[in-house]
Amino acid sequence: MTVTEPSKTAVDLVTLTIDGIEVSVPKGTLLIRAAEELGIAIPRFCDHPLLAPAGACRQCLVEVAMPDREGNVRPMPKPQASCTMTATPGMVVKTQLTSPVSEKAQRGVMELLLINHPLDCPVCDKGGECPLQNQALANGQGESRFTEVKRTFPKPIRISTQVLLDRERCILCQRCTRFSKEIAGDPFIDLQMRGAHQQIGTFSPGVLDFHVDLPYPVVRTSEELEPTVESQTQGSTKDESRGASHDHVTGTYAADGIATRGEAMLDESGQPFASYFSGNTIQICPVGALTGAAYRFRARPFDLVSSKGVCEHCAGGCALRVDHRRGKVARRLAAEDSAVNEEWNCDKGRWAFTWSTGADRLTHPLVRDPETGELEPVSWPYALEVAAKGLLKAREAGGVGVLPGGRLTVGDAYAYAKFARVVLRTNDIDFRSRAHSAEEEAFLSHAVAGTGLGVTYAALEAAPSVLLAGLEAEEEAASVFLRLRKSVLKGSKKVYSIAPWASRGLIKLSGSLLQTVPGQEATALGSAAAAEAVAEPGSIILLGPRLTESPGAYQAALALAASSGARLAWVPRRAGERGAVEAGALPGLLPGGRPVSDPAARVDMAAAWDVESLPSQPGRDATRIVDAAAAGVLAGLLVGGVDPDDMPDPAAARAALETASFVVSLEVRASAVTAYADVVLPVAPPAEKGGTYLNWEGRHREFPQALTSDALSDGEVLDSLASEVGVWIGLRGELSGTAELASLGRWEGAKADRPEHHTVPVAGTTVLSTWSMLLDRGRLQDGEPYLAGTAHRAVARMSPATAAQLGVQKGISSNVTVFNDRGEITLPLALTPMPDGVVWLPSNSPGSPVRSKLAAGNGDAVSVRLAGDQLMGA
Amino acid sequence: MTETVREPVTLTPVLSKHWNEAESWTLESYERNGGYQALRKALAMTPEDVVGAVKDSGLRGRGGAGFPTGLKWSFLPKPDGNPRYLVINADESEPGTCKDIPLMMATPQYLIEGAIITCHAIRAERAFIYLRGEVVHVYRRLLQAVEEARAAGYLGENVLGSGQNIDIVVHAGAGAYICGEETALLDSLEGRRGQPRLKPPFPAVAGLYARPTVVNNVESIASVPSVIDNGSSWFSGLGTAKSAGFGFFSLSGHVKRPGQYEAPLGITLRELIDMAGGMREGHELKFWTPGGSSTPMFTAEHLDVPLDFESTGAAGSMLGTRALQIFDETVCVVRAVLRWTEFYAHESCGKCTPCREGTYWLVQVLRQLENGQGQPSDLDRLLDICDNILGRSFCALGDGATSPISSSVQHFRDEYLRHLDEGGCPFDPVKSTLFAGVNA
Repeated sequence: MTVTEPSKTAVDLVTLTIDGIEVSVPKGTLLIRAAEELGIAIPRFCDHPLLAPAGACRQCLVEVAMPDREGNVRPMPKPQASCTMTATPGMVVKTQLTSPVSEKAQRGVMELLLINHPLDCPVCDKGGECPLQNQALANGQGESRFTEVKRTFPKPIRISTQVLLDRERCILCQRCTRFSKEIAGDPFIDLQMRGAHQQIGTFSPGVLDFHVDLPYPVVRTSEELEPTVESQTQGSTKDESRGASHDHVTGTYAADGIATRGEAMLDESGQPFASYFSGNTIQICPVGALTGAAYRFRARPFDLVSSKGVCEHCAGGCALRVDHRRGKVARRLAAEDSAVNEEWNCDKGRWAFTWSTGADRLTHPLVRDPETGELEPVSWPYALEVAAKGLLKAREAGGVGVLPGGRLTVGDAYAYAKFARVVLRTNDIDFRSRAHSAEEEAFLSHAVAGTGLGVTYAALEAAPSVLLAGLEAEEEAASVFLRLRKSVLKGSKKVYSIAPWASRGLIKLSGSLLQTVPGQEATALGSAAAAEAVAEPGSIILLGPRLTESPGAYQAALALAASSGARLAWVPRRAGERGAVEAGALPGLLPGGRPVSDPAARVDMAAAWDVESLPSQPGRDATRIVDAAAAGVLAGLLVGGVDPDDMPDPAAARAALETASFVVSLEVRASAVTAYADVVLPVAPPAEKGGTYLNWEGRHREFPQALTSDALSDGEVLDSLASEVGVWIGLRGELSGTAELASLGRWEGAKADRPEHHTVPVAGTTVLSTWSMLLDRGRLQDGEPYLAGTAHRAVARMSPATAAQLGVQKGISSNVTVFNDRGEITLPLALTPMPDGVVWLPSNSPGSPVRSKLAAGNGDAVSVRLAGDQLMGA
Repeated sequence: MTETVREPVTLTPVLSKHWNEAESWTLESYERNGGYQALRKALAMTPEDVVGAVKDSGLRGRGGAGFPTGLKWSFLPKPDGNPRYLVINADESEPGTCKDIPLMMATPQYLIEGAIITCHAIRAERAFIYLRGEVVHVYRRLLQAVEEARAAGYLGENVLGSGQNIDIVVHAGAGAYICGEETALLDSLEGRRGQPRLKPPFPAVAGLYARPTVVNNVESIASVPSVIDNGSSWFSGLGTAKSAGFGFFSLSGHVKRPGQYEAPLGITLRELIDMAGGMREGHELKFWTPGGSSTPMFTAEHLDVPLDFESTGAAGSMLGTRALQIFDETVCVVRAVLRWTEFYAHESCGKCTPCREGTYWLVQVLRQLENGQGQPSDLDRLLDICDNILGRSFCALGDGATSPISSSVQHFRDEYLRHLDEGGCPFDPVKSTLFAGVNA
C-alpha cells in the first residue's frame, strides 16, 4: 500500500497502545494504519489508503478503549471500524490478535460477506490473488453456517466494452464507485437498489427504468459499423433540458473503421461510458466482481510471472506490473509508485499492449530484392551488410537524415544520436515526428535539456496554482491529470488552462479557462490573466504539445516564469521525448544539453566518443530532413518508430521516403515506412527489452526485460550496424546507452540561447484547433478492440455563433466538413462555448485523421461547410 | 400487584388539546387557541435565553434516543455569518410509530411555530421539514400550513418585525426508512442516495450542505412553543425527574380504543390500557413494544414499568417513540417477529455488511422456523447472527433489526420450539384479526 503521509518529524505524534504494544503515529492516522506500523494486519475490504474512509464493510472491527476526562481508560461499548477511527492519545486498541470480541466480530462479518458470495473461486479471475479469498482463509471460519438460498444475478453486466461486472460476487465495498467519484471524476457506476438487492450498476435506462431520448445512436459493435465514409444528417432531436454542461452533439457518426467489440453503456450524462481510468476499478476490486473483457478467463494469477514495467505510451512514466505467461503478456496492472502514479494508471497504459504481438510483427530482417522489388527475409549478417553499404553510399551521396521517433528509451535515443554523429557524420537528426518548430528546439535546448529532475508530481500536488498551456492533461498526460485532480479535491489548488474551450478534463479539475484562439497562446501567456493565475508563489506552468505550433509561445512562457517566479515544466505527449532531448536526438543538441553550436561542447563530445571531431554544420529538423530527402538533397533516411501520418505533412513525408535512394527502417512491426524501406531491421518492443524512459519530470524510469526474446533493442541494432560500417560505438548491452549518457554528465557550459521571438501571424478565417485524444487511432493501441470501444467519440466543435453562420439550425443535428486544398474531414458537430471562427477536431480519432487528411495543425486556416451544404470561411 | 404509592396519572393534552375542534389544522383555529404567543415571547428573548429555557425544561428528543434538546442546540459552533440549518425529521416510518403524522395532520402550526422559535434560538434562517413521502395528505397539509404562516408574517422576511428572516421548506422523501436516520436524511435532503454518513463530523458541525445543522424530531420541535409559553418549570414539573414533560403514547393493536394518548412520561402501560378501555374483549395481553418494533418487546410482567427513558432502559428495552403495539394471546410471536424482520430486510439501506446480509439471512431462518422446518439449534444460530449484527453495523438500523428477535426468543423460546414440534405454526392467524369470528 502506498502510505503518502508527511514525515513523522514534521507533525504531531500521538501515542497509543495496540495489542499491548505502544506506538507513536502522526496525528490523524487511522487505527488500521497505525496497526500496520506494528505489522498487525487487520482484515479489510472497503478501506483503501488513497480513498476516503467509508466504514462500509465492517470487516476491520476492533475493540477500542479511550481515556475519559478524568483519564480513566473506558472501553467503547461497541467494536469500532479501525478504518474510520483516528488514533488519539492514550487509546487502547485490541485487534483480533488479543481480543475475542474483535475476533468474533471479524469472523461474523466475514461469514455474512460470504453468505451471498458465490464462492466460485475455481472459475473466477481473482482466485489466487483475491483479498476476499485470502482473508476468508486467514480470518474466517472453515465452514459456513449458511444453508439457505443465496441471492443471484444474471451473469455479467457489460459496464463498458472493457469492464464487466458480476454482481453476485460483489461485496459492495464501494471501492469502485468511490474511485470513480474521488479519483477519476467519472461517476459512471453507482449503488442502486437497497438492502440485499443493493448492487453496483450503470446509469442505463434498463436498470433505472427511466426514459432516455438519445440524441445520437449508440453503435459500437463492429458488425454495425458500415465501412462508409459518408455520413448522413439525421433529424434526431436533442433534449434541451439536459443541461448546458453536456455537449450539444448534433449529427450522426461516420463509420470509423476501428474494430470495437461489444456495446458501450451510457454514463449519467447519457454519453457512452468513456472513463479513461476504468481499469483501476478492476484492479482495486477486492473480489472478482469487476473483470476486464480482455483478460477475463485468460489466466490464473499463480501461473503468471510478474515483471516491473514502465508505460510506453505517454510521458507520465507510470509504473506497471507486467504479468506474463509462456512468453506472452497476459495483462498489465498499475504498479505502486508514490512519487509518480501512486497506484493508478489510465486504460491505455493498462490495456494497449497487444500492438507488438500482432500478425504484422517483424521477426526477420528484410532486404528489398533488386530484381523483384519485394522485401525478402534475410539473415542478420546479410541485412546489416546491405544496410551498412547503403548508408555509407548515401552518406557520401548527400547525407543521411535520421528520424528516430519519439518513443525510444533513453539508451536507444542515445544510440541514434551517437550513430548520426559518429557513423553518419551528420546533425540531421530529429526525434520530433510530429508538429515542431525551431522555437521549440531552442526552448528545449535552453530550458529542458540537461536540467535533470525538475518539477515533480509531488510539486504539482503541492503547488497552489497550475497553469496548463497547450496541454489537455486528461487526454495527453493522464497521470498528471489524476495528480492535479487529487490536489484540487483536497481544497485550495487552482487550475487554469490556455485552450480554446473547456474540456471535460478541465471541468473535472474545476479549472478556469483562459480562452484562446489557437496560435494566440503567446498573447494569452503574456496576458494579465495568466500573470494573475500564477501570481501565488510556488505556482507551476505546464507547457504542452500545442505550443510548438504557436509562434512566440515558449518565449512568452519563459517571460511569464521569469516575471512571476513560477516554475516551468515541459510535458510532451510521447514516452520517449524527454529522453530523446537528453540523448541529443535533435539537430542542434548533443547529449546532456550540449549545444552543437558550441565548439567546446563538440570537443567535449568528440573526446567522449573518441572521434576526431563532430560535424559542426547545424542539422536539419524533421521537416527540413523530409524536404531535403524529397528534393534529393539527402540521399538516405534512417527511420525508427515513425508513423508518416504523425508528421506535419504526411504526404511530404511519404514523398521523402519514396524519393530517398536508400531507406533503413528499424521497426517492431510492419508500418507505412516498411513499404518504402530498402532494409528493414526488426527491433524489440518494450516488453522484450530493458531500458529507461525519462518521464516529463526528468525522472529515470528504468524497467527490466519482461519476456525472454531474441529481439534486439534499437541501440543494439545500431551498434551492430556501426560495427558493420567499421565504427565501434560500444552500445551492445541494453543499458549501456543509458549508462554512457549518464557518465557524460550534464553540460556545464553556456546554455543554448533563449528562443527568439516570432511575430504572431494574423489568424485565418477559420482557425483549426486540434489535439489527440487519449484513445484514438494510434498504432500502439492496435489489437485491443475492447479498449477501442471506450474511446471518446470524435466530434467537431464550433461555437454556436460560428455554427449558426454555417446554417446549423438549433435542434437539428448537423455534420460539418472541415476542408482545405489537401482534403476534408466530416464529423458530427458539437456546439461548444469557444471563440468564434475556430473549429476543433481530434487529431487522430476515427474519422478524423487531421494530419494525413488536411496536413494542417493548430492555428492553420481551414474552411468549414455544413456537410453537403454551402461554404463558409476562406 | 402494584403498590400504588404514586399519584394516579392522568392525560395531559397539550399538543392534542384542540384536535377535536372543527378544522383544527387552520392557522385561525391555532391562533384562537393561543397559538403564536410563544413565538412573540421567544422573539423578545435572546437566542441564548431560548436555548437556556429549553435546556432548563429538561425536554429530551422525542424521536427515540432521548438526547436533551437544548444541549443539542448548544453544540452548534459560534455563528460565522454563513448559513446554519434546522432540519426536522418527519420521516416517521418505524412499524408501530404513529405520533408525528397525526400531529402534523391535526395541528401542523405547533410544528411551524416550534420551528420558527428554534430557528431563532439557533440563529438559523432556514428550516427543512423532511417528511415521509408516502403521506401525501400530510405533505399537502404542511405546505398549506407553511403558506398560512408566511401570509400571516410568521415566516419570510422580517418575522413579526423582529428583523429576522426565517423560512421553512417542506420536503417529501421518496420512501425509505433509512432516511429517518439523521445523516441519511441529510444526504437524501441534499439529493443524494440516502445512506448514513460517517461521523464525525456530526451534523452540529457539518450537517446539511456541510453547515452546522440541528436535526430534531417533529414532536420535540412541536413541544417547544409550550415550553416557552408555560415556562421551563411547568414542563419539567411534568413527567419524571430525568424524563421531563409529556408525550404521545400511541396505542395500537388489541386494545379497545387504540389511538394517541398524550400523557406525562412515566405513565405505565397498565394505566394506558385502562384509558384505552382495556384489552380486546375476552383476550389478554401477551407481548408489546414500548417504542416501536426496534425496541425489545415486553410482556405482561412489564405492565407496571414506568414509561420513561430510564425505567424502560433498566427493564431491558428502550422508550423509543412510545409506539405501544399491543398483542394479545392470539398472536404468534414468531409470525410477528418475521414480519418485522422482513421489514428491516426490505429497508436495510445496504451500506454495511452486517445489516445488509444479516437481515437477509435472518428472514430466511425465521421463515423456516415459522414453517416448522429446521431444528432447535437454529434458534442459537439465529441468536448468534443477531449477535454478529448488534453493535457491528454502521447505524442503528441493524441493531434495531435484532431487538425483536433476541427479545422474543428470550421471552418465548418455547413458542419457537412448538413450531418445530408441530411442524408448523400452532396459531390461527385469523383469530388475531378484527374480523375474527365474523365468518366463523
